Amino acid sequence: MRFPRGLVVPLLALAAAEAAMRLSGLESDSIAPPSAIARAFATALADGTLLQATGETLGAAAAGLGLGGGAGLLLAIALGLSPALARLMRVPVDAFRPIPSVALIPIALLAWGFGFPMEIAIVSFACFWPMLIIGQAAIAGIEPRLLEVARVLRLSLPARIGKIVLPAALPRLFVAFRLATAVSLIVAVTVEITTNPLGLGYGLMQAQQALEPDRMFAFLLWLGLVGWGLNALLLLAQRRLFGRAGWVAEEVR
Amino acid sequence: MKQGGELPWWIASIGVALGIVLLWQVAADRGWVSPIFLPGPDRALAALREGFAAGGDLTLHVTTTIEHMLYGWVLASVIGIALGALIGSSRRARDYLGLTLEFIRPLPASAIAPVAIAFLGLSQPMVLAVIAFGSVWPTLLATAHGVASVEPRLIEVARALRLSRLQVMFKIALPNAVPDILAALRYGLTVALILAVVGEMLAGQEGLGHRIILAARSFRSPDLFAGVILLGLIGFTSNALLAVAERRLLRWQGR
Repeated sequence: MRFPRGLVVPLLALAAAEAAMRLSGLESDSIAPPSAIARAFATALADGTLLQATGETLGAAAAGLGLGGGAGLLLAIALGLSPALARLMRVPVDAFRPIPSVALIPIALLAWGFGFPMEIAIVSFACFWPMLIIGQAAIAGIEPRLLEVARVLRLSLPARIGKIVLPAALPRLFVAFRLATAVSLIVAVTVEITTNPLGLGYGLMQAQQALEPDRMFAFLLWLGLVGWGLNALLLLAQRRLFGRAGWVAEEVR
Repeated sequence: MKQGGELPWWIASIGVALGIVLLWQVAADRGWVSPIFLPGPDRALAALREGFAAGGDLTLHVTTTIEHMLYGWVLASVIGIALGALIGSSRRARDYLGLTLEFIRPLPASAIAPVAIAFLGLSQPMVLAVIAFGSVWPTLLATAHGVASVEPRLIEVARALRLSRLQVMFKIALPNAVPDILAALRYGLTVALILAVVGEMLAGQEGLGHRIILAARSFRSPDLFAGVILLGLIGFTSNALLAVAERRLLRWQGR
């Protein structure tokens, strides 16, 4: 087996950083040699702070994803099935969507103070939109003949949604879910970095303020791994669950 | 349903939006929600008027935020297109850099803020660095994808015409990538606005991000809502402008 080329650049960069730090004997408050970062990572892993912070961040992200993504999905079903409703909601949706989710941080701070509720509220707001926009397009794009079949069979509305609409739109809904998951992690960390004393984002901020660059980079690399792993997991699930349909859904996004 | 055309639906939809604002006013007036964090639209508008009046500070903060957003975005776009073109045009570059890019891409852009603070302090360059780092990815990846996905027959034509690599890049590959790049630029601008707000909240100097966090700390909710409304307007306008530019520039596609 040939050496994977993708690893060359990261390994060279690590070696160069290590060598540069050693040779110059630099003591810095902003960078640390990779060996120190690895030690800091092991320490944070061993004393449990890293895993606790990860749990807090992922917990808040998942709760927000469930609440906001769920609400977005419900509205997507309503707007996707009723063109009239979709037209009526066009202006309100266009008016609220461009508000950057981080702009709501101060409002949530006033309403709930520090802690999980404010973070979950902001993650919810952020996850609501991709689910709504992609979900609505997915449901509005269902093969009309399927809906005719449902009508001919005189399915009730819940049966129509459960047996026809959701299964037909599922591949694209999963794409929406994957994007919303990425958003939830990004927004949760952002809230933690700017205000909320919880989770990985706060751990990063704390390490920077304590002038511990080794710990800061350890948290940063871990965060990258978590984000990458989450995305890889969902991509794998998408491929397993939907096969070619998943790729088609991705294309028409 | 389509008989009346689209106009009545737009009017009805605006009506729905106004209804929501009215509901907001009623909720605030009746005290359904605590006025500490939900001022009525009347008080938010008054705060807007006051902020833009002579002696108000909103003009300064709005221009600062727009400047941050635009400078960071332009920086990210130039770097993103250049690097994306390089990576997209070389199989070897993709082999070597693919894994690294794949790792950095899902990293929350705001996570780079502590690192930027460590190097640049709580300063304007820090804000710009965070914005540029965050919004470079969509453009870089879209450019690389657009450049790499040139129709093979066009490459054959280029070879038959003995075009140089540079000529292929500017005459075939980059034009091929334009639709991808434009869509990514629009998304990058959205990211730039978000990160401008984040950077301003952290740097605590000027800009709407700083102003709204300050308003929250001193419980001035009308000022806070005025800032959020302005951020929404900036997001809406910048997105709409780029959407128009995109449609103009892509007219040749005939879609």
